[in-house]
Amino acid sequence: MRTLTLSIDGSDVTVPEGATLLEACKKAHVDTPTFCWAENLTPVNVCRICVVEVEGARTLAPACSRKAEAGMKVLTDSERVRHSRKVVLELLGSSVDMSLAKDFAPLRQRYGADPKRLAGETVAQPVKIDNDQFVRDYSKCMLCYKCVEACGTDAQNTFAIAVAGRGFEASIATEHQASLGDSACVFCGNCVGVCPTGALMFKTEFDLREAGKWDESRQTVTDTICPYCGVGCTLTLRVQDNAIVRVTSPSDSSVTGGHLCVKGRFGLGFVGGRKP
Amino acid sequence: MDLHPINALATDAERAAIDTVLGPPLADTTIPAAEAKARRTFLLPALLGLQTRIGHVSEGGLGYACRRLGVPPAEAFGVASFYALIALGERPAAFAHVCDDIACKAAGADQLCAELEQTQGKPAHLHHRADAPKNLKHQATWAKSPCLGLCEQAPAALVTVARASPVEQSFGHATPQRIAAALKGETVERPTLHLGSHGPRKLLARQGCLDLDAYRAAGGYQALRRALELGPEAVIREVTDARLVGRGGAAFPTGRKWEAVSKAAAHPHYMVCNADESEPGTFKDRVLLENDPFSVIEGMTVAAFATGSTKGYLYLRGEYPLAAQRLERAIGEARAKGLLGTNILSHRFDFDLELRRGGGAYICGEETSLFASIEGYRGEPRSKPPFPVQSGLFQHPTAINNVETLVAALDIVRDGAKAYGTGTKLFCVSGKVRQPGVYEVPLGITLDQLLQLAGGTEQPIKAILMGGAAGTFIGPEQTGMTLSLEGAKQAGTTLGSGVVFVIDETVELTPLLRRIAAFFRDESCGQCVPCRVGTVRQEELLHRLTRGGADRPRELALLKELGQAMRDASICGLGQTASSAIESATRFI
Repeated sequence: MRTLTLSIDGSDVTVPEGATLLEACKKAHVDTPTFCWAENLTPVNVCRICVVEVEGARTLAPACSRKAEAGMKVLTDSERVRHSRKVVLELLGSSVDMSLAKDFAPLRQRYGADPKRLAGETVAQPVKIDNDQFVRDYSKCMLCYKCVEACGTDAQNTFAIAVAGRGFEASIATEHQASLGDSACVFCGNCVGVCPTGALMFKTEFDLREAGKWDESRQTVTDTICPYCGVGCTLTLRVQDNAIVRVTSPSDSSVTGGHLCVKGRFGLGFVGGRKP
Repeated sequence: MDLHPINALATDAERAAIDTVLGPPLADTTIPAAEAKARRTFLLPALLGLQTRIGHVSEGGLGYACRRLGVPPAEAFGVASFYALIALGERPAAFAHVCDDIACKAAGADQLCAELEQTQGKPAHLHHRADAPKNLKHQATWAKSPCLGLCEQAPAALVTVARASPVEQSFGHATPQRIAAALKGETVERPTLHLGSHGPRKLLARQGCLDLDAYRAAGGYQALRRALELGPEAVIREVTDARLVGRGGAAFPTGRKWEAVSKAAAHPHYMVCNADESEPGTFKDRVLLENDPFSVIEGMTVAAFATGSTKGYLYLRGEYPLAAQRLERAIGEARAKGLLGTNILSHRFDFDLELRRGGGAYICGEETSLFASIEGYRGEPRSKPPFPVQSGLFQHPTAINNVETLVAALDIVRDGAKAYGTGTKLFCVSGKVRQPGVYEVPLGITLDQLLQLAGGTEQPIKAILMGGAAGTFIGPEQTGMTLSLEGAKQAGTTLGSGVVFVIDETVELTPLLRRIAAFFRDESCGQCVPCRVGTVRQEELLHRLTRGGADRPRELALLKELGQAMRDASICGLGQTASSAIESATRFI
């Protein structure tokens, strides 16, 4: 394997040719925040929280997708980087409900971001509930494109959803706002699996939260194998009060790559004899 | 591909509209994935076929386009909802887009819009929301529009009448009466175009040559003959030696671009002409495209020869119907006379080009967005590198040049770099000058001289917007600046796409700034956070600032902080320059 050496925050790092700056940062033990990046999806570099400064470049570069080059000098904590990351957090926090995005609060602290400074129009809208499997609360959608990628060529190849509209009015949509049941959706739930903000949520979880009964301290997380077909997908079951409330699969699983089908994801309602 | 179809059926008229664009349908079988990939590029033409002939894209119409092309309906909807000229709900067949952008606003567009409200009723709000309910019916017959590129004859309008043979016309000196006549399908006269120059005309030398004989009589196709004699390397050398830089605004050396494409190992190579002129205040390319279409075609042919491209695309903004008609005709004539196609001018050189029309999206002037749009995807830009010379249209090496750049290359190739000297450049002078128009001047004269060419101003100048909405405002004390890349840099501004928009004491600056902020908000593609949300916050901050009573130092500091992040962290030039004009103008408000 051919390698190349670059400098990250003054230290030399050697990475394989073709590696991204994010991978190089990881190797240099530099913690780089990401929202729209995931190891099992093609990088889209839209959230811009991972931007870094490349010496000699006019603008900052997205670490998640910019390829490392030999001799590159990269700064990950310069004034410009900190400023852009802070403003990105403020723009997201002031326009989108980021309350369930697990990395958001610690990052706000790390960069001293205060979304209230930039308070203004938001993407708040009613929750879309049109099926028994999952709900779509686009007030929490930061438009990271992950669900579209998982529904498309990165996993499911179903193409039920796409980004529609433009600018601040852009959103994730089916054609002409068809309900998911009338769309191409096969309810694999891979979009739910990759959503970083809780905009897409299991109906079981949503109902518990609405009723004020969601309580992570009473939950257990157990890995098992899907009982349906012979593929043997790894399932991660989140259980509260002896009921399965969320099913995921580890994104580093060699069998699933984090993705499941409708049966493994939503077909375990028979456990405990509940109606599905 | 196994696609989930839309159940709603297309009407016969909708099928006919799409079949006119795509040709008659073959047997109704499932389209193999590889075939669908190749057909995807016809998605926007098919959608525009519906828009221009039916007047909107219905569920059934979209479904039929998807079946013909093998495109998933959700993706096709994402594409359709991206473009401002495409209506997703039913609306009257005759529709007017009335420009209220900077130049038109300074010429009384707000008054015009108020009068139109009296006669035509309230305008539609062409927001780009994806959540418009199904089967929505609009009553409105008009909407406000961003710059239509007719700034020298402001205020302007674009009127479309959807029918089997569509009527599309754009015109200046718009009045409620002229718009009403156009909505009835009547032809509305355009005012006479004003052209001027300082010294001999080169770029504007062939204005009005609409057929091949006239074009040849004016010296047309001498450059291509010369190029074929010289060979590709020598053509590139001349262009490099002449130091021609891109005239779209980014000023990248054209010779270097052509050389990189010619040497790229992957084939085929593509030649793309960026005629998506949408920068507010810019109309120079329109003048070339409308009145000298063969120069653009010859320029593309020369560029294709130099870069080893056999296929070209001319991407024309959707709001230029007259240019589209004249280019279609010119391309047809060039093809019939053997100037496009195989063995051009009896040389072993093949090249043909396709005219593609935009759907109303400023962002599609950004090169990678333009490629995505031609490919049939949403016009979203992507990060660079890789640059288009390595991976451009259809992921192949691509030379993409602005209209004026390609026309400028003709003189260089025909006469040689030495004779070309420093060359001339087109400026779009609009606003409060006595004679707005397109002016061809040698680089190096002063802004004052250009303003004098345009007849000067009647009132003292308040400010001048240089380079368009993505440029900067300068004060009256800076009119001594030299019009060159270095001169602009020294003056802390940009020549950009050649916009010189002048306002005097009779024009209020605040409404113009608000329009610029609204423009960027409306035109952001929505992909990256700094631009998608940043342009909204910038508009809000500007409103707070100009309303008065706000904590001015705090608001100004926030505006600056926001601008810095948008400049540093946005994906493309739109977000990176969206704060430029507004920040430069805060000293005037």
